[in-house]
Amino acid sequence: MASKKRARNEIFAQGNDAVVEGALLAGCTFFAGYPITPSTEIAEGMAARLPLVPEGVFIQMEDEIASLGAAIGASLAGRKAMTATSGPGFSLMQEHIGYACMVEAPVVIVNVMRGGPSTGLPTSPAQGDVQQARWGTHGDHPIIVLSASNVQECLEMTVVAFNFAEKYRTPVILLLDEVTAHTRERLTVPESGALEIFNRVTPSMPPEWFVPYEDGLRGVPPMPAIGSGYRYHVTGLTHDKNGFPTSRPEEIQALILRLFRKIDQFFYDIQITEGYALEDAEVAVVAYGSVARSARLAVDLARQQGARAGLLHLKTLFPFPRPAVEEVLRRCHTVVVPEMNMGQISREVKRVNAGPAKVRTVNRIDGQIITPQEILKPLVRG
Amino acid sequence: MPAWQVNRLEIRISGLGGQGVITLGRILGQTLALEHGYHVAQTQSYGPEARGGASRADVVVSSSPISYPKPMSLDLLVALSQEACNQYYRDLKAEGQLLVDTTLVSQTPSNRFWGLPFTALATDKLGAAQAMNMVVLGALTHFVPLLTPKAVKTTVAQVLPAKIVELNLKAVELGYSRAKKAYAEARSQWTFS
Repeated sequence: MASKKRARNEIFAQGNDAVVEGALLAGCTFFAGYPITPSTEIAEGMAARLPLVPEGVFIQMEDEIASLGAAIGASLAGRKAMTATSGPGFSLMQEHIGYACMVEAPVVIVNVMRGGPSTGLPTSPAQGDVQQARWGTHGDHPIIVLSASNVQECLEMTVVAFNFAEKYRTPVILLLDEVTAHTRERLTVPESGALEIFNRVTPSMPPEWFVPYEDGLRGVPPMPAIGSGYRYHVTGLTHDKNGFPTSRPEEIQALILRLFRKIDQFFYDIQITEGYALEDAEVAVVAYGSVARSARLAVDLARQQGARAGLLHLKTLFPFPRPAVEEVLRRCHTVVVPEMNMGQISREVKRVNAGPAKVRTVNRIDGQIITPQEILKPLVRG
Repeated sequence: MPAWQVNRLEIRISGLGGQGVITLGRILGQTLALEHGYHVAQTQSYGPEARGGASRADVVVSSSPISYPKPMSLDLLVALSQEACNQYYRDLKAEGQLLVDTTLVSQTPSNRFWGLPFTALATDKLGAAQAMNMVVLGALTHFVPLLTPKAVKTTVAQVLPAKIVELNLKAVELGYSRAKKAYAEARSQWTFS
């Protein structure tokens, strides 16, 4: 009886535990949050682990508004910061998400989606917050929204979330769902140093020459830590390149266009998708989160029944990975979009569909994950 | 390499909140994943209540990577309450196995089942009703040929707080020996190889 020798870095863990491991590997030293099912294990894990990290800080705040506020403050002071929540808390965070966009504070917000609206279904999965993650905060703004479908991916995408936040000076939202967050699987925790970790660029000029929001090639100004000798003004008001409020149209336009450009010109870096059996596919599923796992089994079952089926798994939800989706729409006669909501990504797929492909939706809003059989039906019927 | 080739062996442990159903599922899953090297997806379902509501843990075990993490038709249903038995029996395959706590499940939907008085054993032999879930785990160690007692005990010692490990190892041993005595042939009833 040969049993597999266990590597020291293999653990049996939930998606939420994997987020904690990913955050620590990415260099997170600050967590502020308010526990809420089904995200609580992230706060629990960070509370247990951060005190062991040099200068690590965990704070349980009075609510979710304050939680994201504290995380943004820590970020401005030079920390890699994170918070985690679920639907009701995510709604409270919306105002500060916009503030983080405006002051260009790198911060990671994990939202483990549960049934809604309102208090909804605390212990059941849903994917109802997808468009809220994109548009929940007011004002026209770019944002990065990522997702993960299994435990290993939770670790990987958390690291990616921190890297994007630091690289583009933006809040990054990681959308999980209850199934992904609470499924336990074998997780391989990479050695620290095995992953590519990006740290924000800090100014190299002397403090007196520093212009806090000066445009450059990447559109991402260098970011000094508050207290490091570089003095600048931080405000949620529309500001000029020195950080002071402005109402001059050309300065307003320059700021907003730069905020968009710094994300838009790096779509190729940000839009992460994974194809499965797409090479000769005539029908395809576009899915994300735990539903992508159901879709993968549905594709296998459809192939066994003779249908040429494939899967496009979206790991980046916004900016919407249009090039990859468009290619699937060009090559397949039918594209199926299963979601645990009434159709939030399917409307994006329909929006970019310029050809004759049919977009079929499979929706479930009863607190249960979509089964492979439910996705299989439209795949084999076309 | 794992000792058996299995393609999606699906196990559900169901009962009431507070019985330790999810802890049991977690230890079962961890043993199969880390000690025996299988691919395992362990999921759970529970109500918003802390105690008394319906609670279940599902474990899908496979020799190859698992896409869909939830069970589709059960190979083994463990029912630790009458409601759970009634509710989930229909999810069991035709040739699937049912294991019940005969202390709490008085009516089984079929005459073909494995039954042991887990709660009574934990209360009478160990003086700790809370250890009932580990008595069930011990029995599963006999019923599921993928498991070895040594691997199960290793995981129990790792996962549970140090001060209750000894009692729980005793509970595992009790469940294992009772199951072995009552159902010596059980392991040969599985269809996988």
